Amino acid sequence: MVGDTHDDAAGERGLSRRELIKRTVGFGAGALVAGSAQIPREPLETLTTAEAATLDAIAARLIPTDEHGPGAIEARATRYIDRALGGALAGAREAYRSGLADVDARARASKGAPFAQLPAADQDAILTEMEGTPFFSLVRTHTIQGTFGDPYYGGNANFAGWDLIRYPGVRLAATADDQRMDSRPARLRRSAYDHAMFAKRRPSRARLGPIEEPWRSS
Amino acid sequence: MAIELKKRDVVIVGLGAAGGVAALPLARAGLDVVGLEAGTWLSPADFAPDELRNNVRGWPQAVQKANREIPTHRRSSSAPYSPRLAVHPMMNAVGGTTIHYWGQSWRLNPWDFKVVSETRRRYGASRIPAGSTVEDWPFGLDELEPYYDAVEYELGVSGQAGNIQGKIDPRGNIFEGPRRRAYPMPPLRGSGFTELMAGAARKLGWHPFPGPAAVTSRAYDGRPACAYHGFCARGGCHIRSKSSTAVTTIPKAQQTKRLEVVTEAVVTTIEVDRNGRARGVNYLKGGMEYFQPAAVVLLASYVYENVRLLLVSKSAAFPNGLSNNGGQVGRHYFSHNQQAPVTALFPHDLNTWYGLPAQGVAVDEWADDNFDHSTLDFIGGGNLWVYSDRRPIAAAEMSTFGRAPRWGSAWKAFIRQNADRWNTAYLQKTTLPYEDNYLDLDPTVKDPLEFPVIRITADYKENDRRLSLFIQDRMAEWYMAAGAVAIERTPLGTMGPTTHAYGGTRMGDNAGTNVVNRWGFSHEVPNLGILGASVMGTSGARNPTLTVQALAWRTADYLAKNWKTIT
Repeated sequence: MVGDTHDDAAGERGLSRRELIKRTVGFGAGALVAGSAQIPREPLETLTTAEAATLDAIAARLIPTDEHGPGAIEARATRYIDRALGGALAGAREAYRSGLADVDARARASKGAPFAQLPAADQDAILTEMEGTPFFSLVRTHTIQGTFGDPYYGGNANFAGWDLIRYPGVRLAATADDQRMDSRPARLRRSAYDHAMFAKRRPSRARLGPIEEPWRSS
Repeated sequence: MAIELKKRDVVIVGLGAAGGVAALPLARAGLDVVGLEAGTWLSPADFAPDELRNNVRGWPQAVQKANREIPTHRRSSSAPYSPRLAVHPMMNAVGGTTIHYWGQSWRLNPWDFKVVSETRRRYGASRIPAGSTVEDWPFGLDELEPYYDAVEYELGVSGQAGNIQGKIDPRGNIFEGPRRRAYPMPPLRGSGFTELMAGAARKLGWHPFPGPAAVTSRAYDGRPACAYHGFCARGGCHIRSKSSTAVTTIPKAQQTKRLEVVTEAVVTTIEVDRNGRARGVNYLKGGMEYFQPAAVVLLASYVYENVRLLLVSKSAAFPNGLSNNGGQVGRHYFSHNQQAPVTALFPHDLNTWYGLPAQGVAVDEWADDNFDHSTLDFIGGGNLWVYSDRRPIAAAEMSTFGRAPRWGSAWKAFIRQNADRWNTAYLQKTTLPYEDNYLDLDPTVKDPLEFPVIRITADYKENDRRLSLFIQDRMAEWYMAAGAVAIERTPLGTMGPTTHAYGGTRMGDNAGTNVVNRWGFSHEVPNLGILGASVMGTSGARNPTLTVQALAWRTADYLAKNWKTIT
């Protein structure tokens, strides 16, 4: 396993799926965020605590935890976004600063409380109102990346996203049987970088910044 | 001052699909060849099956010179600029975009070389679309056949022949032109889904066949058979089964000791002498400026960069750019009519999580002039292609076919059920050049070296749009025959920067309307050869790369055999 995903395994292993759902369904996202605060978390890298709380609350409504199992919260989509905003998605940092502030401002103006503390129905009403905005599209795109992307990048914790869509996982070879329409290949739970041949060439975030310019001296 | 290097026989600008092929016949002929490549070597360890890095972020670990020179686009000379792409569709590396391309390796069909004469003959001259500058190629498929054959065997292409020396084999494409022999490898295997689609096509009376792929279907040339693991689209192959030039023709050329590969070399301009002959190229590497003299310059970068390097290489002999005294550089540009897909929803899982975009099934009934156009309002046609390939982020971003919202529990339930139940067809269609579709230098947007980037002024025309709608209907018919329960047609967009760009240095006998002659050498600069789809005057209804490679081999072969005349 990639080191990045160990902590989630430790934090969530103790919860059965039924317990997880019982804790989170019917309490709204406010309760969900409070509940997930019990999971040990590493410090944020880019977002402020308040921004992360708002983003978590949005992600929880976009891909909710429900009778179909874990959602964006368990997948740690916010952790993916937090880390990416310090690297590959640094160009979107300002959009998150103003966009998340706008979400909270809307929540306070219409409901008198920060977005993360509103009941799910009120949160959904605000998100519905924002659906056509560029910021909504940005968060939706990144929440999907953080839920269904390779766990190496901090999201898709415990392969929650891949399980959700029944993706059988990254494998380095697929047999003819694996490609039959009626076959159900065994689910493999590995990051691409869990494979030894790729482990040494993990993309580092430092190299996700400025693109290399071979015409300049190094 | 630039450091002047030792003079070589041939300098090749760009070691990708085209330059990487041309190097081999030149090196085998004993010529002293240097290949300048802006990117680096990549190794199998660089090719992790990582959708975020490869597909979402566009290969950020590689040298991305191309990303610094993304062309601008406008639909017409009076239209506003379109939003600029964030990622250039091509990449820099030894092997170029053959590192991460799909590997579909088609020969053009006979009609594609003779669009004008065949249309006139069958339907009358009035059926050539107004404003089109299309010409017949200076030769037919038969002239290119030996070079297609050479490239298929040197690279390693898998496929099922449909016409060997006139004998039709219905397991292959019955519409293809004659080939001298079978492919070097059998086709890639089918998947459950492609078998379903093949069966549906047969029910419709069509002739489905497995498409040709520059991917090994069995061990070949010291490389193992494809593992069908996926991540082939915009991904390199970790076991070297994709027959990129980086693992085939380039190392073979290096083995002759006649090819030197210089990586991270950014070519800026081509120099000419006072007689207007090419003298060599200037390039930057590691903060130093070099001049590489050569008896022959072969320009082998992508369409946009080929045109740009010519236009920025101004001299007393060529004040409007190299080889542009006739004003043809940048003209006859078009990007392939390959957008406007059809997407289908099926009532059962397809299990297309593995496989590759070159592992598919094709139908050519509606391509080229394979059907009667007498009562239709367009010429040309499209190749229908479906394949086995799916990645999780893309799967989750599926259309909801109007059956679910775009987020929330209902969306989640929808994708949980349907993420593996949809498929998108790849529809490539005949595209023609027009008078008002062209490339030039952008008057304001520059790259970090202060050279202008390419500006694309181009849009699809009526023929493209009518053809696109017709082909979408055929594809919808195919999906419905296979049991699809919902269909979506994506409208045709516009001709922005693309992986299938053509023209700008068109090949033809008429020096008044073409930049290069029938052998790929400039009409104005006899020792300047141009390789790539920039020389192609029609697209056909299929991927360009194998044709680009066959033309590159042919130009290199001609150069080696006519060395004294050309130099």
